[in-house]
Amino acid sequence: MYFQIHFVLLVSRQGKVRLTKWYSPYTQKERSKIHFVLLVSRQGKVRLTKWYSPYTQKERSKVIRELSGVILNRGPKLCNFIEWRGYKVVYKRYASLYFCMCIDEADNELEVLEIIHHYVEILDRYFGSVCELDLIFNFHKAYYILDELLIAGELQESSKKTVARIISAQDQLVEAAKEEASSISNIIAQATK
Amino acid sequence: MEQLKTIGRELAMGSQGGFGQSKEFLDLVKSIGESRSKAEEDRIVLSEIDILKRKLLEPDVPKRKMKEYMIRLVYIEMLGHDASFGYIHAVKMTHDDNLLLKRTGYLAVTLFLDEDHDLIILIVNTIQKDLRSDNYLVVCAALNAVCRLINEETIPAVLPQVVDLLNHGKEAVRKKAIMALHRFHRKSPSSVSHLVSNFRRKLCDSDPGVMGATLCPLFDLISEDVASYKDLVSSFVGILKQVTERKLPKSYDYHQMPAPFIQIKLLKIMALLSSGDKSASEMMYMVLGDLFRKCDSSTNIGNAILYECIRCISCIIPSPKLLEDAAEAISKFLKSDSHNLKYMGIDGLGRLIKISSDIAEQHQLAVIDCLEDPDDTLKRKTFELLYKMTKSSNVEVIVDRMIDYMISINDNHYKTEIASRCVELAEQFAPSNQWFIQIMNKVFEHAGDLVNIKVAHNLMRLIAEGFGEDDDDADNKLRLSAVESYLQIISEPKLPSLFLQVISWVLGEYGTADGKYSASYISGKLCDVADAYSSDETVKGYAVSALMKIYAFEIASGRKVDVLPECQSLIEELLASHSTDLQQRAYELQALLALDARAVESILPLDASCEDIEVDKDLSFLNGYIQQAIESGAQPYVSERERSGGMFETTDYHSQDHHEVTSHALRFEAYELPKPSVPSQPSAALVPVPEPSYYSEPHQPISTSSSVSERESSEIKLRLDGVKQKWGRPSYQSSTSASSSTPPQAANGTSTHSDGGGVASSSSSKPRSSYESKKPEIDPEKQRLAASLFGGSSSSSRSDRKSSSGGHKPAKGTANKPLATVPKESPIPVPDLLDFDEPTGTSDVAATDPFKELEGLMESSRQDGGGSTDVMGLYSTDASAPVKTTTSVDSLLSELSDSSRGTYHQSQTTKGPNSKEALEKDALVRQMGVNPTSQNPTLFKDLLG
Repeated sequence: MYFQIHFVLLVSRQGKVRLTKWYSPYTQKERSKIHFVLLVSRQGKVRLTKWYSPYTQKERSKVIRELSGVILNRGPKLCNFIEWRGYKVVYKRYASLYFCMCIDEADNELEVLEIIHHYVEILDRYFGSVCELDLIFNFHKAYYILDELLIAGELQESSKKTVARIISAQDQLVEAAKEEASSISNIIAQATK
Repeated sequence: MEQLKTIGRELAMGSQGGFGQSKEFLDLVKSIGESRSKAEEDRIVLSEIDILKRKLLEPDVPKRKMKEYMIRLVYIEMLGHDASFGYIHAVKMTHDDNLLLKRTGYLAVTLFLDEDHDLIILIVNTIQKDLRSDNYLVVCAALNAVCRLINEETIPAVLPQVVDLLNHGKEAVRKKAIMALHRFHRKSPSSVSHLVSNFRRKLCDSDPGVMGATLCPLFDLISEDVASYKDLVSSFVGILKQVTERKLPKSYDYHQMPAPFIQIKLLKIMALLSSGDKSASEMMYMVLGDLFRKCDSSTNIGNAILYECIRCISCIIPSPKLLEDAAEAISKFLKSDSHNLKYMGIDGLGRLIKISSDIAEQHQLAVIDCLEDPDDTLKRKTFELLYKMTKSSNVEVIVDRMIDYMISINDNHYKTEIASRCVELAEQFAPSNQWFIQIMNKVFEHAGDLVNIKVAHNLMRLIAEGFGEDDDDADNKLRLSAVESYLQIISEPKLPSLFLQVISWVLGEYGTADGKYSASYISGKLCDVADAYSSDETVKGYAVSALMKIYAFEIASGRKVDVLPECQSLIEELLASHSTDLQQRAYELQALLALDARAVESILPLDASCEDIEVDKDLSFLNGYIQQAIESGAQPYVSERERSGGMFETTDYHSQDHHEVTSHALRFEAYELPKPSVPSQPSAALVPVPEPSYYSEPHQPISTSSSVSERESSEIKLRLDGVKQKWGRPSYQSSTSASSSTPPQAANGTSTHSDGGGVASSSSSKPRSSYESKKPEIDPEKQRLAASLFGGSSSSSRSDRKSSSGGHKPAKGTANKPLATVPKESPIPVPDLLDFDEPTGTSDVAATDPFKELEGLMESSRQDGGGSTDVMGLYSTDASAPVKTTTSVDSLLSELSDSSRGTYHQSQTTKGPNSKEALEKDALVRQMGVNPTSQNPTLFKDLLG
């Protein structure tokens, strides 16, 4: 007979977990809709990552390496989805950037494809015909926008206008820092000479 | 040029009020952007880490600088390096009063930390404060952090404030509060269980964004407990109706679709609510029908909604009309050039096939195209579809394809999955035993270590028991074929361990059974295995047990046993093995070789692996012996319970320490050292086997019962537990003859795994249907494949499956009847339609303008196809003769489908020579980009039954 201890659990009377040791692979089942968002350039450089399910730094690097290897090598006319370790990764290429989102196997891939596009459209509106450089130098803004679009791996807002409104409200705060802008652009000008 | 552009952008950013990045930051980003290799990038990042470490430690860093450092840290972390030295600064930054810094701080912590990080506790306080802020942007930033960072233990700290925020004036805040509660629900459902009513209320929020967000938690809640939300069906239907009628603000439109993401979410929820519920399903018919009409299938988002509708229909109890709509949408997907849509079409087909099994029939060629597509994703999806539509008639083709694919891939994750699917299908639908064994061999050979161990046990059990029919001859043949195939395979290098176990076991049990192979031949092979895989103890164990069985059968049949020299050396090696298990087996084998035929026969009877062994747990066979002992003055046995006055509730291994009163509390002083288990030793003296063995427990009572003490009784119990372990069950009955030791029975664990699923047909067995009828003449090879995949002509091996499918047939027949006369009245396009792979479409296109050309094409092709008139004739003439051409399946079909199928069978053969022409025409049609839509898919189906 096949015999194995699958896990050891110490729980207090109050139901608090004091110790757990897992011998069998019990995946922590996160039901986030989107597990992570990944922006990779055609050269395989990471432009933005956002993790909605717990991954350690090590796992993250592995995921990025594995996925960019697969996605960057896919032909242009193939599906925008790949099945990967029991998940699905939906990706779409915009110019030199690949936008990837990882979802559960049973999710609607076309919808996620459109969420990606939705995000790109918002970025486009915000930056004014967005290009990769915008995202390279302003990745934190891309993060802020993403935070208004997705929360905990779920789509929280599907109206472009609403997202734009709240982002611009946040940017108003920056007005105060505006006077510094000119001096900074001087610095930039010097830097790039 | 590029650089100039960069500068220009940066200047633009600056004037736009961007975050004033310094020169160093820009340099960093640029140098990383220009780095040629990963190593170079790593070097840059590492030096940046050094700089930041230093700078962060400087006293009085200006706040603006600090913010920039933070963004640089985020950048480093994003590139996959460890920025943990700066986490604490990010936490500190969230405390700042300046909103700008606070937001940056929150952004950094949400990216750096996850909910189990130690620093979370330092942030909770700030979050609490910020949730009460007057500035809604602060509240939003805090709520973003809540959604990411609050764990089960800290939920109570922020919960009341989050609940208050549900009624905040700003919709952005309400929305995020809903999402935060949703997150809490996922983390710890009990923490928010009293707040569920809030979600229902928020469904009626004035802001559509909030309503949309509320659908997320409701989806979760409903998927957990459908029954208590049934009352919401009408509200959801109402909302969906309003959305499709464009009642939401224009800003929610996306590519001219009204709020598609909300529509999709609603469809998902309604699929949950109406699953298996007729009345709820009926409420949705209207709105679903509308969606099919309204969705713009030229945009991706329109297709996303269509796909969601198909999913929804596959969950609810659909109306025939909706099924038709769904089938039509699927055929559009499949005919599309886009791989994405093909993929969705295959997926949809897999869903609908559960409801109406004949839907795949019209798309067989599209499916085969997808199967041969170079795109792996599409291929896998198609395999999934094939898996769903496997039946006994096409199992061979499908499993063969799957195995070919399995061999070709390297992805272990998928390999495991496809291997287990192969095994499942083979177990369920195997047409013959030989085939089954062949398939299993292939699976083991190519994916051996990825297969579940139960599969191996199942296989052994199957070989031992046969297929359940009382036909010894067939069983013997099966075993012989297994033995033969294994003897062939066994010398191949690097076989997976699990496969070797199966091989060893089967060779041991049945290797010499029919006398074709000599004992020395088989045992030589087994020794080779043990030798070649000397690092694998399990395989060695199996091999030794197999050797033991072979010698036992030899001895029992009265032949002289010559132990091979390599076997002898193996035994000697194992006698000194570090593995007690192997040692044990070696000793047993040695002991067995010394026994006489009669004893051996009772130890290891021939082919007894699947005989049920009744374990006499009370050891009643010893009663006489005990009686005798008591009569001669021994102490009677007092059970533990009686001894301790019921204090011991458990009998454990330490029960001999019964002076110890067990209590329920943890003991904090050290436990005693275990006592050396002396009592078990003396028993050896009385037993003929020189060494004590785990399997010789029946001797224990014999040897020690002269003083039946409680210690012994506990020993017996212990041993009994051991017996049920790995290596099968000894027969207690035989051990009454105290002369023999009782090595393990032949049942190497196989019979203990009877729960493996095995032959029991599961719900996935689909009724077979009359797919064979339609074989469009395309590439003959493809055609053959299609016929074998979709055709049901080969006879099924299982009668029960036949009957189950029979149940479906009459229903199908009657459903078709009303329409069945249509083809005969308008027979013109029928034969030529068959030349295209989209037959359903072409039949109705005549009305629409773009297809005029196609019609002309069809006209000409009809003239070319000389056989077409004959076909007409066949259609109108008596169909009885052709019926004979179809095989046994016919008996299951209704008369109607029978005759038309048969007729078609004929027509197809007459048109055979024209296949090339047809192919060309098909290509032409495709070239012209004609993508006919099928308005009436049933028409064609009825033509052919």
